[in-house]
Amino acid sequence: MRDRTFAPSRILIYLIVSLFAAAWLAPLAVVVLNSLRTNEEIAQASMIGWPKHWAWSNYAAAWSGFCVAETCSGIRPYMLNSALVTIPATIISTMLGAIAGYAVSLWRFRGDSWIYGIVTLGLFLPQQMRLLPWTIVLRDIGLINTLTGLVLIHTIQGLSFTTLFCRNYYVAIPHELIRAARIDGAGFFRIFWRIILPLSSPILIVTVIWQFTHIWNEFLYGVTFTTGQQQPVTAALIALSAAIADIPQHGVQSAAVIIAALPTLLIYLFGGRYFVRGLTAGAVK
Amino acid sequence: MTDVVSTATRPGRPTISGVARRLPEYLLIWVPLLLSAAHLISFSLWTIWISFTPSTLVPVSGWVGLRNYTAVLATRNWQIAFNNLLLFGSAFVLLSLITGLILAILLDQRIRGENVLRSIFLYPLAVSFVVTGTVWSWLLNPGIGIEKLVHDLGWTSFHFDWLVNRDMAIWTIVIAVIWQSSGFAMALFLAGLRSVDADLIKAAQIDGAGPIRMYRRVILPTLWPITIAVVVIQLQFAISTFDLVRALTNGGPGIATQLPALVVYDLMFQRGLLGRGAAAAVLMLLILLAVLLPYAAWRYFQRRRAPHA
Repeated sequence: MRDRTFAPSRILIYLIVSLFAAAWLAPLAVVVLNSLRTNEEIAQASMIGWPKHWAWSNYAAAWSGFCVAETCSGIRPYMLNSALVTIPATIISTMLGAIAGYAVSLWRFRGDSWIYGIVTLGLFLPQQMRLLPWTIVLRDIGLINTLTGLVLIHTIQGLSFTTLFCRNYYVAIPHELIRAARIDGAGFFRIFWRIILPLSSPILIVTVIWQFTHIWNEFLYGVTFTTGQQQPVTAALIALSAAIADIPQHGVQSAAVIIAALPTLLIYLFGGRYFVRGLTAGAVK
Repeated sequence: MTDVVSTATRPGRPTISGVARRLPEYLLIWVPLLLSAAHLISFSLWTIWISFTPSTLVPVSGWVGLRNYTAVLATRNWQIAFNNLLLFGSAFVLLSLITGLILAILLDQRIRGENVLRSIFLYPLAVSFVVTGTVWSWLLNPGIGIEKLVHDLGWTSFHFDWLVNRDMAIWTIVIAVIWQSSGFAMALFLAGLRSVDADLIKAAQIDGAGPIRMYRRVILPTLWPITIAVVVIQLQFAISTFDLVRALTNGGPGIATQLPALVVYDLMFQRGLLGRGAAAAVLMLLILLAVLLPYAAWRYFQRRRAPHA
């Protein structure tokens, strides 16, 4: 198994692994190529093919041209909505999660393990159990169909993950460090700021990437609590394919799909290691 | 949880001035945690309560006992959704385990370009299910996707119409989800393979074990805990699958690919039957608990048996 002696079997291994890789890349390749073919060209042939003319205009149309329902603004306002929800919710939930994780792991207070236990239940509770209460609460505080409402939801729900990630990381910090600082008279925030935060960059990167990816890709809350111009891009994509089902514009739609997937794909490309760490950290809870 | 900080570092009995001085830190620790914990408990109880009321368009008080539950369970919509979940959940878990394990074993052969390959198998996890569902709906659509391509290439009797075939449509979701999330199983298995005790492998090699025997007898048995964790996580995901189906089949053709999460959404926000929607949500929770509670019990006994380090 772990030697390089048997050549034919190694060729076979490379062959199989290449086939798998090709299958995994194929859908991406199809969409990228389609985003550069004209709608007419796709309609004449199939979704799978090489562009005859490079239709870069698909991207312009997808970004700011085509119409969903009555508004012809392309995907741009929905991308903006997603950014305006994802960025604040990611930052706030990560910061609060870091402080909470620090408090729960290194500071300890009465009832902390109870509270922490309940908060981590949030990893398991289906979203469907919270849909109606959130609808009612958002309506009562006047945040239904607003981006602020979505930020609130994603911040509160994200705390389950961010607290867990940070707590599991901070637990490994030797508490002699904290004790010495306390004897020197440093308080809660001073210790956090001076000692904990400088040690935290790996876990903060993991948490930020995890939160950003999840919130950007989230669909159910977006489609339930917002409508029309307030929707995040995932919900808008579904509305888009429903709206133009009669006269398909697959070239433009492919471009829209790529634009919508680009932020998380780029983050994955540049922070893949941290992305995978979050994935497995979430698994080994 | 072990007590990492000794009692000496615990805050002393709070005095009024001490509390006032510490107010900002108390607020920052407690308010978010309490909000999070409180919303989890109160929202769950709230949904459970609604499921016992005659609520339709708006929540109303009142008590109808289990009537919402019996009504939901009696609908064809729910029955199809539940059967689909059983089929989809088991096919998805089994196939993604197998695919993930094959990929992990292949990548564990000290091959060139391992990092690139690993990134290729994991990238779908970074993309939303709405995007991948949309893309797969194009590929699997017989009018414009793979079937059309094969027809254009000359093989005109080729058939691949699962997306519009009532009996097979659920398998299109299985295909898409395997493609999207086998990388997850792969990543965990690969980590497991890499942490197998090197002495164990050496000992088996000295005993003359070949590669297949080595995997079957020595390496794979150590992957059990990871396998169970992957199964539980994938099942948890399968139970709440929503976006992928919305984008790929939207529950169709007809209601052939209905799943519980779609039934909940449909009852709550399209038919305006809040009581029944809440009952369906609670049923989803019960299905989830049927998976999670045995797992939690298993973990608990494992921990008690394992000697503490």
